[in-house]
Amino acid sequence: MNWFVQNISTAVGKKLLMAITGLGFLGFIAVHLAGNITFYFGKDAFLHYVETLHALGPVIVIVELVLLALAVIHVSTGTVLFTRNWQARKTRYAVDKSAGGRTIGSRTMPYTGFLILLFVILHLCQFHFIDRTQQTPYDAAVNTFSNIFYALIYIGAVILVGIHIRHGFWSLFQSLGLNHEKYMPAIRAVGIAFAIAAAVGFAFIPIYIRAVT
Amino acid sequence: MSSQTINLTLKVWRQNKNNPRGALETYPANNISTDMSFLEMLDVVNEELTAEGVEPIAFDHDCREGICGMCGAVVNGRAHGHMPETTLCQLHMRHFNDGDTIVIEPWRARAFPVVKDLVADSSGLDKIIQAGGYISINAGGPQDGNAIPIARDNAEKAFNAATCIGCGACVAACPNASAMLFTGAKISHLALLPQGKPEAKNRALAMVRAMDELGFGNCSNEAECEAECPKGISIREIARMNREFIKAAFS
Ligand code: SF4
Ligand code: FES
Repeated sequence: MNWFVQNISTAVGKKLLMAITGLGFLGFIAVHLAGNITFYFGKDAFLHYVETLHALGPVIVIVELVLLALAVIHVSTGTVLFTRNWQARKTRYAVDKSAGGRTIGSRTMPYTGFLILLFVILHLCQFHFIDRTQQTPYDAAVNTFSNIFYALIYIGAVILVGIHIRHGFWSLFQSLGLNHEKYMPAIRAVGIAFAIAAAVGFAFIPIYIRAVT
Repeated sequence: MSSQTINLTLKVWRQNKNNPRGALETYPANNISTDMSFLEMLDVVNEELTAEGVEPIAFDHDCREGICGMCGAVVNGRAHGHMPETTLCQLHMRHFNDGDTIVIEPWRARAFPVVKDLVADSSGLDKIIQAGGYISINAGGPQDGNAIPIARDNAEKAFNAATCIGCGACVAACPNASAMLFTGAKISHLALLPQGKPEAKNRALAMVRAMDELGFGNCSNEAECEAECPKGISIREIARMNREFIKAAFS
């Protein structure tokens, strides 16, 4: 096991941790977004989806635990990378210009990451750790988003998620060593499409709810 | 193209034992021929400084033809200046305009401590090579060069990776001061050739570990390095290093 810890804590090993956990979150986001689309088909469709999901019972618990583990690894490794990279250049440049490699996503990765973490905690408090005998998840959404303040926070947060994915998607393939001139352009294009789909798909839910109620 | 002269204002990083914290100093650079290279321009400025009794600006250089990897400075925020695939010694003053102000700073990374002015100690890159960037030859009768077949595509890729001159611009340009482009190039050019295969596993592990121990940062795929590399090394070499590392670490 010693060899494993030693290898995974190198600069390349930490990259692999970020890539694999990030891939897990992309899968989660795809499923979450697909489920949320039922919202546009009305209360019954959405509640039916929620019930089907909860009927899975232990499977859901396992998935939740896996997601929690992924989050712990992703956030803690990301924090280590952020502080180490800050220390790797003690004196900063007086003039610092990009040569064109960086994107808005790559520049802001740690910051969007920490903000998304705060958002996820808020989101879990408002939709996960609630008394479901008092209100249905549908009502929880309607109540939350009737507050313009929360609606704006959610819209802003999912835009941050899109920006994070803009860099994270292609980057995870690069980290896993999957970069070839034949398919990297396609990976980059799919990444941008995924980022836009996630941001727009989630952002329209509060807008839609406010419009219909 | 006819030769012209231009006048510039330089803001140069000066740092020595009397001024260990360092600061930017301003000097004029007048009547600079546009046919000069950047280093020749600094030579002219240094002659004037010497005549005035000011200590000349220290900078590293050797071949002055873009092949040795000794020169390098961050010019107006860009490693080796703003021209693509150009070392500082091959950057010509015709790419600047009369009246420009040019800020010149040394490579900045914790792993590259500044020795003096624009001279940074990039010997960390040599230490990464020492950790495994070689093949062990057991001496014996010389072999026929054509006895080992090498796919043309691999030969080309290995050659491209081997064009890295170890200048350190990738580290200087990296927002995280990571040395992955350099290390990726060095691991790749050996991993692609049959002669490099027997030691590939140990090489990948040893060089990656050396990179960490020397205090370089962690790559976050910003891709600034490949945009600044004077030899056009691609981050695909970093991906290849990651594959080599995965093979070595988990098998
Ligand atoms: S990879 Fe490019 S920028 Fe980095 S040391 Fe080699 S030649 Fe210089
Ligand atoms: S002096 Fe040799 S590469 Fe510039």
